[in-house]
Amino acid sequence: MNFLSLFVLIPLLMMLGLWISRDMKQIRTVAVIGSTLLLALSVYTLVEFLAERAAGNTATMLFTDSCMWYAPLNIHYAVGVDGVSVAMLLLSSIIVFAGVFASWKIDPLPKEFFLWFMLLSTGVFGFFISVDLFTMFMFYEVALIPMYLLIGVWGSGRKTYSAMKLTLMLMGGSALLMIGILGIYYQSGLHSMNVVEIAEHGNIPMNWQYFLFPMTFVGFGVLGAMFPFHTWSPDGHASAPTAVSMLHAGVLMKLGGYGCFRVAIYLMPQAANELAWIFLILTGISVVYGAFSACVQTDLKYINAYSSVSHCGLVLFAILMLNTTAMTGAVIQMLSHGLMTALFFALIGMIYGRTHTRDIREMGGLMQIMPFLSVGYVIAGLASLGLPGLSGFVAEMTIFVGSFEHTDTFHRVFTIVACTSIVITAVYILRVVGKLLYGAVQNEHHRELTDATWWERLSVITLIVCVVAIGSFPHWISDLIREGVEPITNLLSQAL
Amino acid sequence: MIQNMDYSQFLVMRSEISLLVVFLLIFLVDTFGGNKSLKGLSVTACVLFGLHTIWNIIPVESASAFGGMYETSPMTSMVKTVLNIGTFIVLLQSISWTNTPDVKVRRGEFYELLLVTLFGMYLMISSGHFLLFFIGLETASLPMAALIAITKKDTESYEAGAKYLFTAVFSSALFLLGLSFLYGVAGTLYFDDIAVSISANHTPLLIATLVFVLAGMGFKLSLVPFHLWTADVYEGAPTQVTSYLSVISKGSAAFALLLVLYKVFYIDPVVWQGIMWALIVLTITVGNLFAIRQKNLKRFLAFSSISQAGYIMLGIIAGSAQGMTALVYYVLVYIFSNLAAFGVISVVERNSGKLGMDDYNGLYKTNPKLSVIMMLAMFSLAGIPPFAGFFSKFFIFASAIHSGFYILVLIALLNTIISLYYYLLVVKAMFINTENECAIAPFRSDNASRVSLIVCVAGILLLGIASCVYGYFSDLSLLSI
Repeated sequence: MNFLSLFVLIPLLMMLGLWISRDMKQIRTVAVIGSTLLLALSVYTLVEFLAERAAGNTATMLFTDSCMWYAPLNIHYAVGVDGVSVAMLLLSSIIVFAGVFASWKIDPLPKEFFLWFMLLSTGVFGFFISVDLFTMFMFYEVALIPMYLLIGVWGSGRKTYSAMKLTLMLMGGSALLMIGILGIYYQSGLHSMNVVEIAEHGNIPMNWQYFLFPMTFVGFGVLGAMFPFHTWSPDGHASAPTAVSMLHAGVLMKLGGYGCFRVAIYLMPQAANELAWIFLILTGISVVYGAFSACVQTDLKYINAYSSVSHCGLVLFAILMLNTTAMTGAVIQMLSHGLMTALFFALIGMIYGRTHTRDIREMGGLMQIMPFLSVGYVIAGLASLGLPGLSGFVAEMTIFVGSFEHTDTFHRVFTIVACTSIVITAVYILRVVGKLLYGAVQNEHHRELTDATWWERLSVITLIVCVVAIGSFPHWISDLIREGVEPITNLLSQAL
Repeated sequence: MIQNMDYSQFLVMRSEISLLVVFLLIFLVDTFGGNKSLKGLSVTACVLFGLHTIWNIIPVESASAFGGMYETSPMTSMVKTVLNIGTFIVLLQSISWTNTPDVKVRRGEFYELLLVTLFGMYLMISSGHFLLFFIGLETASLPMAALIAITKKDTESYEAGAKYLFTAVFSSALFLLGLSFLYGVAGTLYFDDIAVSISANHTPLLIATLVFVLAGMGFKLSLVPFHLWTADVYEGAPTQVTSYLSVISKGSAAFALLLVLYKVFYIDPVVWQGIMWALIVLTITVGNLFAIRQKNLKRFLAFSSISQAGYIMLGIIAGSAQGMTALVYYVLVYIFSNLAAFGVISVVERNSGKLGMDDYNGLYKTNPKLSVIMMLAMFSLAGIPPFAGFFSKFFIFASAIHSGFYILVLIALLNTIISLYYYLLVVKAMFINTENECAIAPFRSDNASRVSLIVCVAGILLLGIASCVYGYFSDLSLLSI
């Protein structure tokens, strides 16, 4: 058995362990051991991957393995990773690890919470290791449905509404996706579901690509919060419990970007070249509109949810630039946004757990009361607005350099429009930092609140270290990603 | 076509004969048994039926008997096994119900009528001649009306029985009218001969025939617009009968329709595919939209089963071996998922008398196991992975896409979102709406129901992951077409 399958197996075994756990202590033990193993496994994958590449292995996917599952439709359980998926696996395991500590005191029904949380992780990891369309799609849906109960049972605010809205919209996306996948399967003329095989040997007729490309792109784009299908995101994030917001904004929304990149563009490069402009407009709107919306929100979670819409829009925007630099930037942005938004949601959860309000008008001067959390918030904010030395800068810089490689007016205009989001981001971040952390204490009761506990510190520090690591040493990660992106951009330039 | 009678021909009808034996044994025990043996009647019936299921589990070869009246193929006998499994689960679930004072005196009839309807379904799916088909159809429908009305003191059950009877008779009449046209066109009622005859002689009357046949079967399958009886009958009938009606009766009718369309009308699929296209869109959409508003869980599942019938029809419209495989697999998965839901409903009903969706609020707090089973059933019906329903939906959509029905599948897929909404309503009631003053009190369900629910859950969890089932069906349907 291939070691990549452990990414699916470990969460499943954790679910088994959780199922037989009797008390909170055992639940925590299982969760911590499992998530640490996952983190170790993803680091191991990274090391092995780099070693293999250094040894001169140039195959598109490494560590591939495949076994027949449904013979009549030639469906395989096939795994394999390239640079991009290695990066995504690393991101997911970091966030799952941090998420476990962020939900240390989850109440009520801790066992059920972690069970669903692990099912969600199974889907996420399974999605990133799959190279077979069917298994990919299956894991994608596995990752979606636990959200309903996680938000509905453990959420806050208008939780039932948000949970239903989120689930239905994402399932709507996956309905389009299913058509797309079946269409690719039957039109490629290969009788194969293997992504690499279809990309290299498949020949989907052009008129079908015009139909299937929008289906798959919108299908994944819904999860990537593409305008106008982003409306589930603010409500969903605002109502979700902390760890779920972290995993959802941090990883699940990346499934959308990764899927657009791996399925829609990789398999249908001709249509991607032809139709990219339509989606470029939509994602451009996401970027700017999300940022402006974040400026007027007063609920901390809504601010971050809209900021996620803007940043994830930027991911799709960069992918649609269809060149190596911008796409590399897109993947770095996925990592960077995943980490810093998880950090944001973790901190918001911790602040909310103390003040019981997320309204920035009712809070102030938190820097005096909880300095650790506030410093964490400032770092996350600076990463979000792209301060050099932190991850956001690397990502946005690469994206805009890549976008500017296009010399035509259309791309130039949209690049400039998207660039303005950097300024708007600064506006809403600094507004929150100013109101929330500095200034006078709004509520005298807040003075009695305590700073972070050890498990909260662990969660926050893990994420901050990663944000700084990407920002300070971007070279190795962008090399890793670049070689994963190149096969796709090669196909795109051949298709022109 | 006329062959000499040969007693070895009876061997081809192995499954019918063993079912008849089971029926006779139960009848004898019921009629002549003493008090002691009557007490154990339910268990005896389960055991006998279980033996019958195992005895027939290996499919027979393709063969025909009685001069082509009776035809069987590996897939046909596989479908019989699928129906047997479903019936067995229903029998398990009804053990404690048949021992309640109201039903006790009539439990013999319950088993006899049930087996007779199953016998009718057997004939229906393995007929090679419309006469036998019609006899099967009637044998499957008329005793069903008696079954529905079996709880004598319950007026709703009576009303439901009458409604079912009238619609069944009416649909039979339509069907017969269609047959008489067909006889006029083809001059024969043998499936094979009709196919040959109508390929040479194409008349518009054939389309009228097709419409009548589809309408007649549409009543059985409760396709929209022939679905109006469904909700009332499902609500009025005893829950065990409802579950039998919604899975077994529907599954067999779907396969019978598939055989008729594939064998008799395969010459011009375009005509019936056009009609089916419209029927499927109507069935799925109307079923889903009406299901949203239902507060009574039995009515709720009635509309859900209407829309499920629409999905099942996608396997027919595909018109290929792949469609047949997907349909049988879908029916199998549907049996497990729907019977899990009905199993929970019937134990809750028996222990608390409650059937409303609001009554299920906070069920997870009081009866966590039942709520988890219900949730699995709902997820499987909605087609959520990794549960079996996802796989069966995927395959049935794949078969329709393979035959080029992209738009139809898109409509069906968008409908799955609506269906997800109302299936989630049940999940929401049990897990999220915890504020309920008169929640259902904790109770222990009877052992037979437990076994049946465990079987259903095992089916829901394993059927998708274990790909061998689908592979096996696929081999069988290639042998049978």
